[in-house]
Amino acid sequence: MSAGVPSVGDVIVHKEFPPITRHRLALYCGASGDHNPIHVDIDFAKAAGFPDVFAHGMLVMGYLGQALTDAVAPSRIRSFSTRFAAITQLGAQLTCEGTVTELIEQGGEQRAKLALTTKDQNGEIKLAGEAIIAL
Amino acid sequence: MVDQSAVGREFTPVTAHVEPGRLRFFLDTLGEANPVYRDVAAAPVPPTYLFCLEMMDATVPFEFLTALGIDLARVLHGEQRFDYHAPVVVGDTLTFQPRVASVTEKKGGAMTLIVVDTPVTNQNGVHVADVSRTIVVRNARPS
Repeated sequence: MSAGVPSVGDVIVHKEFPPITRHRLALYCGASGDHNPIHVDIDFAKAAGFPDVFAHGMLVMGYLGQALTDAVAPSRIRSFSTRFAAITQLGAQLTCEGTVTELIEQGGEQRAKLALTTKDQNGEIKLAGEAIIAL
Repeated sequence: MVDQSAVGREFTPVTAHVEPGRLRFFLDTLGEANPVYRDVAAAPVPPTYLFCLEMMDATVPFEFLTALGIDLARVLHGEQRFDYHAPVVVGDTLTFQPRVASVTEKKGGAMTLIVVDTPVTNQNGVHVADVSRTIVVRNARPS
């Protein structure tokens, strides 16, 4: 951390992202190597029982990771995990946040535990996760 | 339906190269402007990129699904975890060794959760990370 030691309750991660478009999903399909057609081929998605294509969970986690490393150098992240709570639809405008929940000593260093969320424009939680960072 | 016999099953190891051009495509796709990732000489990879590297360089795409007889259309991503032990930077060559860690039935068999754990080592044999994914299989209803 460049700004000193955070306190429990501090919101140190906050970032908003532009609406999810079909174009973004197509680019992510290529850029990530995840070629599951359910995210880019509406015919496939409908046959699978969905009304339309929807975002890759890992695209949404990628945004959360971006928000995290805006605040914390990548080399300081010890773990990063999420639960995919709900499908992220086209048009979703995501906001990622991270709050310090605990300061711990672990692995011979001072660390902080962060509670992470990604919500859409309606406040629905898409991802709920956690990161442990070295201070 | 996938059952406990799948636990412990290993899949073909994946060898992946951290290439600057592919990484740039990923960064541009996410609108990632953080300069830390653009210093090509020693650039670290974004926190979720290990997941992508394994998929991009898999010789058998979605091998664990086909090997276990799971229809891709019935799969959702339930959880994802990364534990980082050592830096991964542009130029590294990584080896992924996926293995089924657990199989759990939920909602009376309507869903099956499959956890695949994947240790990652680099070109020097250093254990750089552990990647764990939980896949949710929406099982067909026995109507």
